[in-house]
Amino acid sequence: MTAELGSLQIVIELLYLIASVLFIFSLKWMSSPTTARHGIWAGEAGMVLAIGGTLLNRGMDYRLIATGLVLGTIIGVPLGRVAMTAVPQRTALSHAFGALCVTLVGSAEFYLRTPEISRFMMSVLSLEVILGGLTVTGSLMAAGKLQEILPQRPLTYKGQNFVNFLLLAAALGLAVFLVLHPDAKSLFPYMVMIALVFGVLLIIPIGGADMPTVISLLNGYAGLSAAAMGFVLNNKLLIIAGALDGSSGLILSIIMSKAMNRSFTNVLFGAFGQVQTSAAAGEEARPIRSATPEEAAAILSAANRVIIVPGYGMAVAQAQHKVRELYDALTKRGVDVRFAIHPVAGRMPGHMNVLLAEADIPYDRLIEMDEINGDFPQTDVALVIGANDVTNPAARTDTTSPIYGMPILDVDKAHTVMVIKRSMNPGFAGIDNPLYYLPNTLMLFGDAKAFVGSIVRELGGGHG
Amino acid sequence: MNSTSNLINALYIFVLAGFIGFEVIRRVSPLLHTPLMSLTNALDAIAVVGAIVLVGMHESRLSTIFGFIAVVAATSNIVGGFLITDRMLKMFKSSRPAANPADKSVTKK
Repeated sequence: MTAELGSLQIVIELLYLIASVLFIFSLKWMSSPTTARHGIWAGEAGMVLAIGGTLLNRGMDYRLIATGLVLGTIIGVPLGRVAMTAVPQRTALSHAFGALCVTLVGSAEFYLRTPEISRFMMSVLSLEVILGGLTVTGSLMAAGKLQEILPQRPLTYKGQNFVNFLLLAAALGLAVFLVLHPDAKSLFPYMVMIALVFGVLLIIPIGGADMPTVISLLNGYAGLSAAAMGFVLNNKLLIIAGALDGSSGLILSIIMSKAMNRSFTNVLFGAFGQVQTSAAAGEEARPIRSATPEEAAAILSAANRVIIVPGYGMAVAQAQHKVRELYDALTKRGVDVRFAIHPVAGRMPGHMNVLLAEADIPYDRLIEMDEINGDFPQTDVALVIGANDVTNPAARTDTTSPIYGMPILDVDKAHTVMVIKRSMNPGFAGIDNPLYYLPNTLMLFGDAKAFVGSIVRELGGGHG
Repeated sequence: MNSTSNLINALYIFVLAGFIGFEVIRRVSPLLHTPLMSLTNALDAIAVVGAIVLVGMHESRLSTIFGFIAVVAATSNIVGGFLITDRMLKMFKSSRPAANPADKSVTKK
């Protein structure tokens, strides 16, 4: 608060500056898998410097701080050790924790500072706790849906958007009142509570298929609320970290909604999965061709180029490791095997890459949609495992399809398409897939893990 | 320095950092979007410094309690975030033989 910075303050500020630089390098090094682990070290070094610098402040109660740090570590370690399939819900949970920290600090600052608080500061503080509050409950809801504690189906009711809008307006109205009359302390808890309720209601109508976008969006909110906290505390490091996190969340949300051909407003207010259920009916009794594991193995071993298209169904069936054996067996026979990764394969941005990397599939074999789509016409076999909507050619051609316009993997252009699927039941979104009725498509009915296992046995490359 | 000029400075920093973030993160390989998110999550938990000051300064009982919970929440993000990012990145291996990440990282871009 004093005009002149003491020498200790200057040391702390310089440590924060170094930490900011390290944070930026940390993200820069994430551009490639070969340098990414340096990024972690830079981030950790920055974190240690920043926390160390903060502890230099005079007159601190170190015992309580240490207790908090130890307790946080005890909670954090198991959260860092979850299974790779559970990473999306872990991420959502950590958005909630981050936003909880921001909301609590903002609330404490409100009670410490009011009524001597400038209007601008009070506006930023309100923004901080409203964004933080809705991110806390919103992220908890998202985590609950991803963990399947809560129903994945979107819950909608009449006037839903109106109720949500009204709540947001009420929270903002209270914020404006508090900016004008900061001594009305008793209103502050209501503002926070409305934000918390709003977070819950915001996620209720959003279905499981939209989770990648929602997680990214909540990531952005968490970042913005942290940046707002930096304004309130006049802490430049926090502003920078919050801005970095905010832009990361924003970019990822844009990528995700583009990959699903949906706008933000559509994701937030649209309740995907409602309209399509009717579209599936009336498409009965079209001929399909199916094949046995032996036939599939024969076709695969005769191929030169194979592209495997994994979807979340593969992860649900825990088939990654069998897929890795298939990759090994085919590669040994001189077949060129690559994996086509749709941006929304999995439950969060980039999730499928992590699941395949965990199964020891080399990352240079994992190819992004835009890069690999041109190669399908020269591909002998496209093997679809647990993916559905992202391979649906109706998205290119059928203007009445609910997913029309969504970018897809052009598997139908491969010479032979093989689809491993439990049955002909339509997928999560309930949309029929014309791919299954094409003359060059072979359906492989069965559990993904068991079926891939039998193919591997036929190829003679299985372990047991 | 009054508080208004502080806020203007803060706004400059926010906007410029936003641009840096946009340019840097645009270049992150889609391969690594999941680790990216857990990493930014850990970095974002730098909010712990604000909470530490609240706890350390003991200005009121409420601020100490709020600050303490905030320290716990943010620390768990720092520890868990770095831990899981590291675990994920360790799994990404190249198919090229004798891939040594140490000497590859020297080549720029």
